[in-house]
Amino acid sequence: MNKREFLKKGAIAFIPAAAVLQALMRQAEASVAGAAGATGSPTPGYEPRDHWYGMGIEVEKCIGCNRCAEACKAENDVPPEPFFFRTWVERYTVKQSGETEVECISVNPRGERKAQDEREVLRSFFVPKLCNHCAHAPCVQVCPVGATFTTADGVVLVDSTRCIGCRYCIQACPYGARFFNHRTNTADKCTFCYHRVVKGLLPACVEVCPTQARVFGDLRSKASRLVRFQRMNKINVLKPALNTEPKVYYAQLDGEVR
Amino acid sequence: MKLPEQVTRIAVVVALVATLALLVRFVLIPRAYFSTAVHQSATVRREVARPVNFAGASACQDCHAEEWEKKALGYHKGLACETCHGPAAGHAEDPMSVKPFAPRDRKFCPVCHAYDAARPTGFPQINTESHNPLKPCITCHNPHDPVPPETPKECAACHAQIARTVALSAHALLPCATCHTASKEHRIAPRSALPSKPQTREFCGQCHAGGTANPDAPKVELASHGGGYLCWQCHYPHLPEGRP
Ligand code: HEC
Ligand code: HEC
Ligand code: HEC
Ligand code: HEC
Ligand code: HEC
Ligand code: HEC
Ligand code: HEC
Ligand code: HEC
Repeated sequence: MNKREFLKKGAIAFIPAAAVLQALMRQAEASVAGAAGATGSPTPGYEPRDHWYGMGIEVEKCIGCNRCAEACKAENDVPPEPFFFRTWVERYTVKQSGETEVECISVNPRGERKAQDEREVLRSFFVPKLCNHCAHAPCVQVCPVGATFTTADGVVLVDSTRCIGCRYCIQACPYGARFFNHRTNTADKCTFCYHRVVKGLLPACVEVCPTQARVFGDLRSKASRLVRFQRMNKINVLKPALNTEPKVYYAQLDGEVR
Repeated sequence: MKLPEQVTRIAVVVALVATLALLVRFVLIPRAYFSTAVHQSATVRREVARPVNFAGASACQDCHAEEWEKKALGYHKGLACETCHGPAAGHAEDPMSVKPFAPRDRKFCPVCHAYDAARPTGFPQINTESHNPLKPCITCHNPHDPVPPETPKECAACHAQIARTVALSAHALLPCATCHTASKEHRIAPRSALPSKPQTREFCGQCHAGGTANPDAPKVELASHGGGYLCWQCHYPHLPEGRP
C-alpha cells in the first residue's frame, strides 16, 4: 500500500467509524446526564437553589454519647475501623495550669478514658465536629481535577468517579474533616446526609442526638430551626480568621476550641 | 513571491489535523466529559440515590403508638426511637422479616448515663460501679419511660435512707417484708411495736446456701462461710457486697 492509498482508505474508514463512535458516546452521555440533568433537580419537586444548608451545635448540650458518629457510620457506609469517621466528638479538658487536652472520643468510645485528677481540671466539655461545608471551601479550590464542588444548596460533595485520590483536599481542610477511604481509594467526607435532606429527612447525626445539641436547617428559610438558633444564641464558627465562611455554627463555644 | 509547494502541502495537512481534532473535541466527545454542570449533577444524583437507613423520628409512631406515647411524656422524650434501636428503615418497611435490635444489656445505657466530668452539669449520671452493678438497667427502669422505680412508700416514708440504699443494692428486688415482719401498729406507734429482724445465719441461707432454689442468689457454703459469725456482721443487709 502506498501513502496515497493509505490516506484514501483511512479517510473512508474514518467516516463510518466516527459515526459509530459518536452514537456510542451519545448513549453514554444520556446515561451520565440522565433526564433530570437538564433541570438540575435531584428529586421531583426539589429545587436546590431555594436552599442553603447549615448546622448549629449547642456545645453545652452535648453529653458525649457518640450516638451521632455511630449513626453516621451506619447511615453512610463509612468503613468500620474506629479511626474513619465523617463526624466525631472531641473531649476538651482545660487544666488549672492552662494546658488544654483534646481527645477524640469517637476513636475509642467505650474504652478506658485517661484518669484525670479532678482537682487539676478547670473545666471540661465535649465538642461535636464535622465538615463545615464552607462557603469558601479550601478543599474545593485545591482539587486538581474538579472532583469536589459545592452544590447549589451549599453542600460540599466529592465526585468519587473523578477523584484521583491525590489527598490534596485532605491536607487543605483546616478542620480535618476529610479522610481517605481505603475501600474506594478516594477522599471521603460528610455530605450533610444529602440523600436524606433532599427527601425532607434530617441528617442521621441530628436524628439520633438525644439532647438536640445539633440543629440542622435551611439558612434561606426564615422559619427554619437553624435561623431561630442563630437568632437565640451568640454564634461562633471554627477558625474564623481563615475566611472559609464555615456553615457549622457553634453556640457557647469555648475560646480553647480549635 | 510564490510559496514553495511543500509549505502549502504541510499547511493543508496541519489544517486537516486541526479540524479533525476540533471535530473530535466538540462534536464527537459528548459534553458530559467536559461540562462540570453535567458531572456535578451526576454526582448529586448518585448521592441522592443512596439508601436511607434511619427511617426518621415519626416513622415508628403509627405501629408502635404505645411506646411512642410513653416516651413522649417521659424523660426520654428527646431521644429518637432509633437512637437506641439503631437504623430501622428496613424494619419500618417490612416489620415481620426485619427485626431491629433492642439494647437490653447493661453496657448500653451508660454510653449516656455513666459519670463523666465533661458531661453538662445537671445531666443525670450514675456511678456504674455502685448503681446496682449486677442487673441490666431495664430491670428497674423502663427504657421508654425511665423514672426511678417506685420504692414501697409504706416503709420509705420513715426509713427513706434505708429504702434508697436497698433500691440500688443487690437486694433491690426483695420487698422489706422478705426480711422484716412489721405489724400495722408499727406504723402508728413505731417504737412500741418493733418489727422482726432476721436472727440467724440460716435466714440468709434460705436463698444463699448451696442447693437452695433461688437461682439468682449467689451461693456460699453455709457451714463454713464467714466462720460462724452472723452474716450482717460482715455484709450490710441493705447493701450487700459480695466481691472483695
Ligand atoms: C408497619 C408497622 C411498623 C413500623 C412502621 C415499625 N414497626 Fe416495629 N414492629 C412492628 C411489628 C408488627 C413488630 C412485632 C413483630 C413481632 O412481634 O414479631 C415490631 C417489633 C418491633 C421491635 C421489637 C423487636 C424485638 O426484638 O422484640 C422493635 C424494637 C421495633 N419494632 C422498633 C421499631 C422502630 C424503632 C420503628 C421506627 C423506625 C418501628 N419499629 C417501626 C411493626 C412496625
Ligand atoms: C433509651 C433507649 C430506647 C428508646 C429511646 C426507645 N427504646 Fe424501645 N426498647 C429499648 C429497650 C432497652 C428495649 C428492651 C425492653 C425489654 O426487653 O424489656 C426496647 C423494646 C422495644 C420494643 C419491644 C417491646 C418490648 O417492650 O419488649 C419495641 C416495639 C420498642 N422498643 C419500640 C420503640 C419505639 C417505637 C421507640 C420510639 C418511640 C422506642 N422503642 C424508643 C430501648 C429504647
Ligand atoms: C442516647 C443517650 C441516652 C441513652 C442511650 C439513655 N438515656 Fe436515659 N436519658 C437521656 C436523656 C437526654 C435524659 C433526660 C435528661 C434530662 O431530663 O435532663 C435521660 C433521662 C433518664 C432518666 C431520668 C433521670 C432523672 O432525671 O431522674 C433515667 C432514669 C434514665 N434516663 C435511664 C436510662 C436507661 C435505663 C437507659 C437504657 C435503657 C437510658 N437511660 C439510655 C439520654 C439517654
Ligand atoms: C436495682 C434497680 C436499678 C438498676 C438495675 C438500675 N437502677 Fe438506676 N436507679 C434506681 C433507683 C432506685 C434510682 C433512684 C435512686 C436515687 O434517686 O438515688 C435510680 C436512678 C437512676 C438515674 C437518675 C439519677 C439521677 O441523678 O437523677 C439514672 C440516670 C439511672 N438510674 C440510670 C441507670 C442505668 C444507666 C442503669 C444501668 C447501668 C441503672 N440505672 C440500673 C434503680 C436501679
Ligand atoms: C411512722 C413511721 C414508720 C413507718 C411507716 C415504718 N417504720 Fe419502722 N421504725 C420506725 C421507728 C421510729 C423505728 C425505731 C427506730 C429506732 O428505734 O431507732 C423503727 C424501727 C424499725 C425497725 C428496726 C427494729 C429494731 O428492732 O431495731 C425495722 C426492721 C423497721 N422499723 C421496719 C419497718 C418496715 C419493714 C416498715 C414498712 C412496713 C416500717 N418499718 C415502717 C418508724 C416507722
Ligand atoms: C435481705 C433481708 C433484708 C431486707 C430485704 C431488708 N432488711 Fe432491714 N434489716 C435486715 C437485717 C438482717 C437487719 C439487722 C441488721 C443488724 O442487726 O445489724 C435489718 C435491720 C433493719 C433496720 C434497723 C436499723 C438498721 O439499719 O440496722 C431497719 C430500720 C430496717 N432493717 C428497715 C428495712 C426496710 C425499710 C427495708 C425495705 C426497704 C428493709 N429493711 C429490707 C435485713 C433486711
Ligand atoms: C429471698 C432471697 C434472699 C434472701 C433471704 C437473702 N438474699 Fe442475698 N441475694 C439474693 C439475690 C437474688 C441476690 C443476687 C442479686 C443479683 O444477682 O442481682 C443476692 C445477693 C447477695 C449478695 C451478693 C452481692 C454481690 O454484690 O455479689 C450478698 C453478699 C448477699 N446477698 C447477702 C445476703 C445476706 C447477708 C442475707 C441475710 C440478711 C441475704 N443475702 C438474704 C437473695 C436473697
Ligand atoms: C467474716 C465475714 C463474713 C461473714 C460472717 C459472712 N460473709 Fe459472706 N462474704 C464475705 C467476704 C469477704 C466475701 C467476698 C469474698 C468471697 O467470695 O469469699 C463474701 C461473699 C459472700 C457472697 C457472694 C458470693 C459470690 O459468689 O458472689 C454471698 C452470697 C455471701 N457472702 C453470703 C453470706 C451469708 C448468707 C452469710 C451468713 C450465713 C455470710 N455471707 C457471712 C465475708 C463474710
